[in-house]
Amino acid sequence: MATPTLTRPASHATTADSLTIRQPRKKLTVGRIAAIAVAAFIAVLWLIPFAWATATAFKTETDAAAPDVTWLPPSGFTPEAFVKVFQDGNIPLWTWNSLYTSAAITAITLVISALVAYALSRIDFRGKKVLMTVIIASIIIPPPVLIIPLFYQMLALNLIDTSWAIILPQVIHPAMVFVLKKFFDQIPRELEEAAVMDGASRLRIFTQIILPLSRPILAAVAIFVFIGAWNNFLWPFIATNDGNLLTLPVGLQTIKSAYGIQYAQNMASALLAALPLIVVFLFFQRQIIKGVATTGLAGT
Amino acid sequence: MSTSTLSRPRPETLRKPASRTRSNLSGWGFAAPFLFFFLVFLVWPILYGFYMSLTGKSLTGANDSLIGFANYAEALADADMWRSLGNTLYFTVISTVPLVLVALVMAALLNIGLPAQWLWRLSYFAPYLLASTVVSLFFTWMYNPQLGLINEFLTGIGLPRVAWLNDPNVAMWAIVIATLWWTVGFNFLLYLAAMQNIPAQHYEAASLDGAGAWRQFFSITLPQLTPTTVMIVLLQILASLKIFDQVYQMTAGGPGGSTRPVVQYIFETGFTGYRLGYSAAISYIFFGLIVVISVMQFVITRRRSA
Repeated sequence: MATPTLTRPASHATTADSLTIRQPRKKLTVGRIAAIAVAAFIAVLWLIPFAWATATAFKTETDAAAPDVTWLPPSGFTPEAFVKVFQDGNIPLWTWNSLYTSAAITAITLVISALVAYALSRIDFRGKKVLMTVIIASIIIPPPVLIIPLFYQMLALNLIDTSWAIILPQVIHPAMVFVLKKFFDQIPRELEEAAVMDGASRLRIFTQIILPLSRPILAAVAIFVFIGAWNNFLWPFIATNDGNLLTLPVGLQTIKSAYGIQYAQNMASALLAALPLIVVFLFFQRQIIKGVATTGLAGT
Repeated sequence: MSTSTLSRPRPETLRKPASRTRSNLSGWGFAAPFLFFFLVFLVWPILYGFYMSLTGKSLTGANDSLIGFANYAEALADADMWRSLGNTLYFTVISTVPLVLVALVMAALLNIGLPAQWLWRLSYFAPYLLASTVVSLFFTWMYNPQLGLINEFLTGIGLPRVAWLNDPNVAMWAIVIATLWWTVGFNFLLYLAAMQNIPAQHYEAASLDGAGAWRQFFSITLPQLTPTTVMIVLLQILASLKIFDQVYQMTAGGPGGSTRPVVQYIFETGFTGYRLGYSAAISYIFFGLIVVISVMQFVITRRRSA
């Protein structure tokens, strides 16, 4: 198919940032207008659940439960449901629980994964191939298979109903070890040689040469792990019954039964729970998208 | 790998043979922290889970003794187990297709070079950032038979109301729709990233040849994306097989068990029925299924790339 082009206009080169699209210097053809229309249609469909939840959350409970389904309630919009949820709900507590458990999971995962990835990438040690194979093979293990023995183990270790029960089993991400190793492999060895000649220890080389060069991939892995931990439901749901330790997703499950048919409060809670990550996303959109795209294929 | 050109030999070879032991030590030293967690919270439970599956262990403490493969025999004769496994497979099949196709369409639309890229990306990807419980609250409300937005729309255009989550014939599709909305943004991003990596020259050559946008999409974009598509399909199948959260939260497996996935059945036999040993056995049957599917995928992709 490649009929050799005689003149290859260099102007079209893609930008360094692989996620900015070849910017449109094209004219508005019928095709492009149609594409925009379809894209906009999908975008509207995708925004409706947010919009409807927001509209409901700002209604009075009476209006929210009125058989006359409407975007514009007769009694007008009111923040009353949010106030109520904040006053007698546990959303701030759950948010805090989610924040520190997810932060701890992310921190531990990063440290232990980067260390082992460095060893796999740079150090020649006996048993390395076996270790590598075992770690890669373990990617296949689906977390739901572990819930029964893990629960039993946590009971035995007396960790049920502590934050450790939520945190510890979530720090193992074999796929992320692999992602980091691949990145370390690409760092030129020459950069370390001078340090080796100077007699620097492995640990110094790792912390002062490798890690600073690996910031983008570390950020990508951190983002991926954090989102996963923040939204994880099954394991935290099993690991804690203590109301003071519930994470946001698990806590939210309890309000469904507590609030029953308080639709406005249900939606206000859901929106408050969604808010932190959405806000973070608005600020760090580029990094998050890049992070998910680079780690994503290595997968879950 | 050391095509030694002008560069000096690699650090390892600079060292004296005596430092071999040191390399072993530092290698395992760097691996140790990961290895600790790996052994304690992954390897041990997976092995212990298998042991549990051979016992009559229960949360009430009765009968800890080995009973051989009795749990497996019981599970294979358990109609509820088969039904839940069937539900999981059914969900996997009917969710994977739209989750891949819609993602491809979204990415292809953006790749044409629409204005305000961030806006599209935000609206397609934002749901992926939500916890399952948020998604379930949103959709349970929209699916509400009397007060829900969706039925309001349907009656508005003259169609009958649908009992979305209460009709055994519809409930699984309702869950697929919610899941599509929730997670398609992830596949979309992977596709978008892959499309950006297709060299612009391909398109230039094609447009000099007079190929239109459609031709270019089918004769350049799609073929170039094949490896990405294979990966996305594999990851999606494995993700869909683990379905639990949305179902548990939206229908609790109902109506009449018509949406209950196998992970929920594992959860229920273990934590509601207290039968840990039996539950572990079902976990292992599920695990076996995942291994078989993964191996099949591996063989197929190998053959393709060979």
